[in-house]
Amino acid sequence: MDKPASVYFFGTCLIDMILPQAGLAAMRLLQREGIKVVYPQGQTCCGQPAYNSGYDKEARAVARRQLDAFPRDIPVVVPSASCAGMIKVQYPRLFAGTPDKGRADHLAARVYELTDFLARVLDWRRKDLGEPITVVLHHSCSARREMGVAEAATVLLSRLEHLETLEPDHAHECCGFGGTFSVKQPEISAAMAADKSMAIASTGAQVLVSQDGGCLMNLGGTLTRRFPDPSQRPAVKHIAELLWERTHEP
Amino acid sequence: MSPEFRVRVGQALGNERVRRNIRRAMDGLVLKRCKAFPDEHELTVLRRRGKLIRGHALANLPDLLRELERNCERNGIRVHWAETAEEGNGIVLDILRRHGAELVIKGKSMVSEEMGLNAYLEAQGIEPVETDLGEFILQLADERPSHIIGPAIHKDRLEVAELFANHFPEIPSGEDIEGLTAAARQIMREYFGRALAGISGVNFAVAETGTLCLVENEGNGRLCTTVPQVHIAVCGIEKVIARLDQLPPLLTLLTRSATGQPITTYVNMISGPRREGELDGPGEVHLVLLDNGRSRVHADRELRSILRCIRCGACMNHCPVYSRLGGHAYGTVYPGPIGSVLEPQLQGIDRLGDLPDASSLCGACGEVCPVRIPLPGLLRRLRAEGIRGRKGSRVIGRGSRRKPMHQLIWALWSRVNACPVLYRGLTGLATRLRWLVPTSLGPWSRTRAAPVIAPRSLHELARAEGLEGE
Repeated sequence: MDKPASVYFFGTCLIDMILPQAGLAAMRLLQREGIKVVYPQGQTCCGQPAYNSGYDKEARAVARRQLDAFPRDIPVVVPSASCAGMIKVQYPRLFAGTPDKGRADHLAARVYELTDFLARVLDWRRKDLGEPITVVLHHSCSARREMGVAEAATVLLSRLEHLETLEPDHAHECCGFGGTFSVKQPEISAAMAADKSMAIASTGAQVLVSQDGGCLMNLGGTLTRRFPDPSQRPAVKHIAELLWERTHEP
Repeated sequence: MSPEFRVRVGQALGNERVRRNIRRAMDGLVLKRCKAFPDEHELTVLRRRGKLIRGHALANLPDLLRELERNCERNGIRVHWAETAEEGNGIVLDILRRHGAELVIKGKSMVSEEMGLNAYLEAQGIEPVETDLGEFILQLADERPSHIIGPAIHKDRLEVAELFANHFPEIPSGEDIEGLTAAARQIMREYFGRALAGISGVNFAVAETGTLCLVENEGNGRLCTTVPQVHIAVCGIEKVIARLDQLPPLLTLLTRSATGQPITTYVNMISGPRREGELDGPGEVHLVLLDNGRSRVHADRELRSILRCIRCGACMNHCPVYSRLGGHAYGTVYPGPIGSVLEPQLQGIDRLGDLPDASSLCGACGEVCPVRIPLPGLLRRLRAEGIRGRKGSRVIGRGSRRKPMHQLIWALWSRVNACPVLYRGLTGLATRLRWLVPTSLGPWSRTRAAPVIAPRSLHELARAEGLEGE
């Protein structure tokens, strides 16, 4: 796809409430490439929490609002592979056999995960203005598997010349978030989060980034509890924040 | 989460030794599989083929089963149909009784575990002896398999040495693997020579030729199926495939996915009892085809895909939940992702509804499945079945997991998120009153610092930046 003149931005409910600075950074990255960013105020949540809990009807009611919120035929950029995957992969299933199937397919076809959009559509390249830094890039499972876009985030970071990425042990493994899984199966989730956090911490990296706020909330929370002293743990941020911070002249 | 499941999870997570053993074994198997498929393109083609072959078999299941029966009978294999585990056990018992067998040797068979065959035979005064090394160890320890390929994978060498020393003090086996294996071999040989009957599972049953294919690495399977006078094979009805030429791709998918082997040490192709002039082989071969709920699964076009499974175990080897809990915590014969999809369908979602929830839906299982079973999608489907049965669903216990309180929470959640004005109002309020939000969020914050609500939502920030646009 060629660079579009404008895109929709679907911020996701988690970033809306917990990590809005990541959403802002993502939108600034897009704007700086000369793209007009439209943030419809009618957007809410993709519906995934209910969908993954088996409450399809409730999920559909919420998902339908997102079909309403992004009507024009322009790309929809999402700073989360999990929410992007919900729309791109699951909406067509969720709306199968309903009158909204056509609209769901139309939206699904236009959805891009942020790093995938930056790397593949915009061929994003910027000068790294930051100090030398070591980073762990935790790929969310949705980026790695459901969306298959993990490569994009890796490529983007590789284009920052003062940045070194470190690979933790069992890098392919899930961080244990899994949305409602972390509440329904707290012990298993915590065991996974503990292993992942320790693997990341033992790389000694200064920063942990991911494409997904869910993983960051899970890992950031676990790291904070494990290492109360901030100097003992990596700073945790969304990949959009890191890309923006390091390439933007204040 | 049911109290029983919570207790088992707690025990599993608290057992450092078992966790270490399982993790080490899983890491090894993951690596072996990875090395066994160096060519990604070949793997893609093979998986597609595997899916098609198994899908074709399931699409024609009744016809293929009839063809299998016909061709087995023509080969001299007697075919029995068992609708339930009890029926299957009864059939096996009848055959054994007819031959006056008091001892029966067994090759590894998950279907016989599903039937509870050992306990049944013991209650009837017949001694079953497991001859697969892992199963033999478990029989000594009076435990069930924790993995479908490596049943005793949760045990380390020292535990096995201790078991052997307690049970067979007269055989000095030491603590090294060679010594232990030699001791097991010595003990089993005596049984191989004495048993009148042998029981085995089946990996694939070929309809066009009436052939039972059985893979193994220890040779015990071949001994169980050829030395005794009678061989009884127990087999789930879904294991049938149409043609012999479909076997090689499935075998290579199976062995490489399971243990990273290009092929197993033994590949047994059983096509009937001993014929005139032949020097060895059993006088009788029986095939017990077990339904035990599979027909019901088969009737659902989406859920049916779980019956494509060729029992390689790759889904559990790659599962972050299984690799922390091990198989016993699941409380079912089949653990891991395959079990979490299959068992609630066989036993009812009202009984085993916790299992589909015990997944972060990370997708690792679906990514490695050699026959491309969409395991995460099926787990999600079963969650939905637990809440409300889909139209035409036959899942046992559908709708049984809907609780009024949860229903109310999701209804409210839906109401708020389906109404942008309400959503903005409430999220705006939450950012204003963020200091009121509790810093402890129940189970979440037992091990994590709670997330902090931002002072201004992205909706507000975007509006302030004039990003509405429309």
